[in-house]
Amino acid sequence: MSKPSIWTRLPIVHQYRQSVGLQRGMLTAGLVICAVFLLAALLAPIIAPYSYNQLSDGAGDTFTPRQAPSAEHIWGTTIAGYDVFSRVLWGSRTAFLVIVVSVLLSMFLGILLGLVSGYIGGWVDRVLVVIADAVYAFPSLLLAIVSAIIISRGQSDLWGGIFATAISITVVFIPQYFRVIRAETVRIKSEAFVEAAQVMGASTWRVMFRHVFRNATRTLPLVFTLNASEAILTLAGLGFLGFGIEPSAAAEWGYDLNRAIEDVTAGRWWTAVFPGVAIVLVVMGITLVGESLNDLADPRLRTRRRASAATPADAVAATTPAARNEIGETE
Amino acid sequence: MADTATAAPTTASPAARKGARGGGSLWRYVLIRFLLIFPTIFILVTTVFLMMRVTGDPITAALGGQLTPAQLEERIEAAGYNRPLIIQYLEYLGQIFRGDFGTTLDGQPVVGVLLRYGGATLELAFYALIVAFIVGIPLGMLAAALRDRWGDAVLRVFAILCYATPVFFAGLVLKLVFSVWLGVLPSSGRASPRVELQIGRIDNPTGIYTIDAIRTGNPAYIVDVLQHAIMPGIALGLLTAGVFLRLVRTNVIGTLAMPYIDAARSRGVSEYRLVRTHAYKPALIPIITVIGLQIAMLLGGAVLTETTFEWMGLGFQLSEYLKARDYVAVQGIVALLAVIVALTNFIVDIIAAFIDPRVRY
Amino acid sequence: MSTVTDHAVEIRDLQVTFATDGGDVRAVKGISLDVAPGEVLAIVGESGSGKTVTARSILGLLPETARLGGAVILNGTDVVGLSRERLRALRGPDAAMIFQEPMTALNPVYPVGWQIAEGLRAHGTVSKQEARARAIEILGKVGIPDPATRVDHYPHQFSGGQKQRIVIAQALALNPSVIIADEPTTALDVTVQAEILDLLRRARTEFGTAIVLITHNMGVVADLADRVAVMYRGDIVETAPVRDLFAAPQHEYTQRLLAAVPRLEVVDRAYTGDPEAAPVVEAAGLEIEYPGRFGRKPFRAVSGVDFTIRPGEVLGLVGESGSGKTTIGRAMAGLAPVTGGSLRVLGTEMNGRREREFRRTRRELGFVFQDPASSFNPMLTLGDAIAEPLIVHGEASSPADARDRVDELLEAVQLPKEFGDRFPHELSGGQRQRASLARALALNPKLLIADEPTSALDVSVQARVLELFQELQERFGFAALFITHDLAVVDLLAHRVVVLHRGEIAEQGPTAQVLGNPRDEYTRRLIASLPVPDPVAQAARREGR
Repeated sequence: MSKPSIWTRLPIVHQYRQSVGLQRGMLTAGLVICAVFLLAALLAPIIAPYSYNQLSDGAGDTFTPRQAPSAEHIWGTTIAGYDVFSRVLWGSRTAFLVIVVSVLLSMFLGILLGLVSGYIGGWVDRVLVVIADAVYAFPSLLLAIVSAIIISRGQSDLWGGIFATAISITVVFIPQYFRVIRAETVRIKSEAFVEAAQVMGASTWRVMFRHVFRNATRTLPLVFTLNASEAILTLAGLGFLGFGIEPSAAAEWGYDLNRAIEDVTAGRWWTAVFPGVAIVLVVMGITLVGESLNDLADPRLRTRRRASAATPADAVAATTPAARNEIGETE
Repeated sequence: MADTATAAPTTASPAARKGARGGGSLWRYVLIRFLLIFPTIFILVTTVFLMMRVTGDPITAALGGQLTPAQLEERIEAAGYNRPLIIQYLEYLGQIFRGDFGTTLDGQPVVGVLLRYGGATLELAFYALIVAFIVGIPLGMLAAALRDRWGDAVLRVFAILCYATPVFFAGLVLKLVFSVWLGVLPSSGRASPRVELQIGRIDNPTGIYTIDAIRTGNPAYIVDVLQHAIMPGIALGLLTAGVFLRLVRTNVIGTLAMPYIDAARSRGVSEYRLVRTHAYKPALIPIITVIGLQIAMLLGGAVLTETTFEWMGLGFQLSEYLKARDYVAVQGIVALLAVIVALTNFIVDIIAAFIDPRVRY
Repeated sequence: MSTVTDHAVEIRDLQVTFATDGGDVRAVKGISLDVAPGEVLAIVGESGSGKTVTARSILGLLPETARLGGAVILNGTDVVGLSRERLRALRGPDAAMIFQEPMTALNPVYPVGWQIAEGLRAHGTVSKQEARARAIEILGKVGIPDPATRVDHYPHQFSGGQKQRIVIAQALALNPSVIIADEPTTALDVTVQAEILDLLRRARTEFGTAIVLITHNMGVVADLADRVAVMYRGDIVETAPVRDLFAAPQHEYTQRLLAAVPRLEVVDRAYTGDPEAAPVVEAAGLEIEYPGRFGRKPFRAVSGVDFTIRPGEVLGLVGESGSGKTTIGRAMAGLAPVTGGSLRVLGTEMNGRREREFRRTRRELGFVFQDPASSFNPMLTLGDAIAEPLIVHGEASSPADARDRVDELLEAVQLPKEFGDRFPHELSGGQRQRASLARALALNPKLLIADEPTSALDVSVQARVLELFQELQERFGFAALFITHDLAVVDLLAHRVVVLHRGEIAEQGPTAQVLGNPRDEYTRRLIASLPVPDPVAQAARREGR
């Protein structure tokens, strides 16, 4: 068997088949939650009984605010009169958009910088590392606040809000991608096959992309899931502090939780619990997938080593434990 | 908003320098690490500046929809925001160098704000860290010992739950259950108004209520303060607890796979002792470095927690300034925090270097 | 079950099976052995023979996925199926273990004295002072100078050889009746190895400990062992007293194994090329220095080295770790900078060269790395990897285009053509090194640099690769720099030898001369330390030392 079928080599499928027992359970649970999230985001306009900013039904009757869960509003209404269920569903769409935008923005730049900086080294690398460490060690929420202030310029429509959040998350995340990819690049740089390519006279670009890059992106799925979950948490945080998106423009879970503080004091639980649980579930789902992928890539943590590696990626994983000094793990 | 696994900085992390020839002097490390503070602060402060000014100015952000363009222009010019960026930047750096982080809309220097409210945030962070330590570390070791069995899975899911729950939601749920439904804990503030008054009356109050309450000698006051601190502490602390749990678990498992553990086992050292003594130290050293970053995370989380519980600390103030659109104050606080974070990380790294004999330049 | 027996260790029909995802793996298939008190029994075999598993089973140190059958009787107690607590009790006082890698056998964050004392503490109550005194005593016995001070030092403050002594001290501290030494000298330099072997021998005489020695190095066996058991794929194929085994091996595998061991025969290999031809490599006063960090002194890896390599000549570069041999090889390939003196490679001066110029010369250069595991990009097939030099230098436009040449090369290194479609992880170490040779020879280079290409391979595999190398060199006539720490290997291949010591040349000259009649003190020590795979001769050498 030289090249296993393409179906089994697909990233998630492959790991799924590799996993055993409890780890498989974790991966499955995570995937299921993520699937539900994606479906909710895609189908919100169809599933949600009302729109995110709807205050009255088709007949023109305004909704009674502060209503407990009932037949018309299965999850109740908010202090302003919005339908909680609908807002939660529509909120998943907002969350999804923010993840996509912020991840796309930060991933490419972060990876490219990490690769180049790690491979070329020298003073450029040192400077970038100090910058990345500095930004990285700083509370991301605070940076996000600062940038959100400016980017939104006081407006808060849907796309303005999304971009404000996404960009602030990007600024905070580029260092993360940078660090991870750089660390892997530095490690791989000293491997014999990279030196072999250098000795035979391959150009720098060729070595970087044909040899280093493909091997350095092994830990990417984990960083991606971290990125995605933090994007949601930061979005919610910003929303909670009043930087979210106006309810008339879109639904956002953090904003709803901010409105819910008053309700909680009065004992009304439905306005806080539902959006909050939504956040928890989505982040949990994404993180479960990330953790499982991480475990499977690290032979020290994976249950039962395989007798033979099925793909090249496995072989790499089997010989090089993904000990990450930069994330505080011992080797 | 929280970082789970990603932690120590690349250059300064002691764990990352493990490969270095050990045995170098501790003082050398201290010196070099100290010198690194300045570029760090510089970069952060510059980042804050850039983020605040590159796409606009505080005045437009604050009053954008409310004033006419002409009025905006006027104010911008009065505040000097239309000058070339480089001039503004240099002035900004100069101010920071002199310790001037700006003034709030009602005329207070930002440094003063920090001094007044910093103690409260410190207290909250302290309680949060205690919770994190008590919950995170032992559970992490337990998870490592139970590796891959049900207990381990449960603990790991718990850790993820801690990470996934936004602090403000945790806070709201705690409030709901313990304040509103059960009525056993106060729902907001740092202490009952009466108690607060009494504590404030002692000579030279530190601003940290726990200490001040102890100083009054009245057990009722101490209890009151603690009652107010429990929920915020738990809400903020669980976040970090999850991080610690996961990190300890991974590190202990990793360390247990090391040959020297096997070697000790071959000499008849018991399994219990292996985990407790041998794996303990190498696994915990990285935690110390992580603490540095967790403090940063705690500061961010503090803003949210304090807002939820009306805990009159720096975070709450920040939130108020945001509501009031006093962006100069916000910027000043954030810049000041940058300096503090840099200093804290420095101290933490030094402690880690002290404990781990291999880490020296 | 307690059996009255004189033996320190008695193994009866031991079977060990591991449960893996790929099914059950039978590592040990029913073997029987015994070790008399004070005897040194060597268990030899290559990777996969089951020797390490057997040794570990004496202490019950196997992972949970292992199932044991049969009996392992240690000092009268059967270890198989023993309760955890009883097992723990006999680990240390009854049997102790020494590991291969001294670097990782010691916990880096605790002082060595503490780690020695720990063994004592695990088996009874000793006061802190008593434990410390005992630790100091035992450190002195294993030859650590100034033990009273050094007992508080951390592992990283000791050299590799000293660390291994400390590990031995840990084992001896509890006065076990058996020490299990798992490749105790494999990771050490030859000269250090000789000292550790002496120490182990002393342990046997002074303490009366039996030793179970696991190794694949026949020279070590000849030096230390009383009896030898040869294992192959989980079975014992032959057991005999050491002299008998070497003099008259009975089993076919033993014969093959002994034949594959490179011996120092001091063959006179004359250079057949044109002595007047321009040298392929010329080093004059070569100096390679690494700048110190943060104000430390710079580290001089190589200083004042002169040598030449003529076309078609094989130069053996020998030395221990830290001698600078790898650095020189890398400098020749352009992987390490030359900081002083001159190094001319294929007409280009390496000191201060312009990479763009040298790039053209690189097609005349081939490099074979030490570690087969990382020599190939795990994401590329072998065919892609071997075609790489061809593509880089414009001989082919893609791996498919280069396929013919790749097939040719694979054939030259005796690998089937189908291997071109395989991934590196699907090949064994020896196969990968052969593929590495194929890649290095892709463009018919004038110079091949081989950096310890066989050090990571089993003995029999090593023999095949070396044979292949020899054959290819004669066929294609390239000049070669062969870097190794193994004198016997150099003897096999090189025309001339350079012996390096701490960055300087100790001696150089034709192979027969350097190895047969060494003039330099270090060279002589090196040759004397190398254990000869012949117990009679080795015993005589030891007397003479």
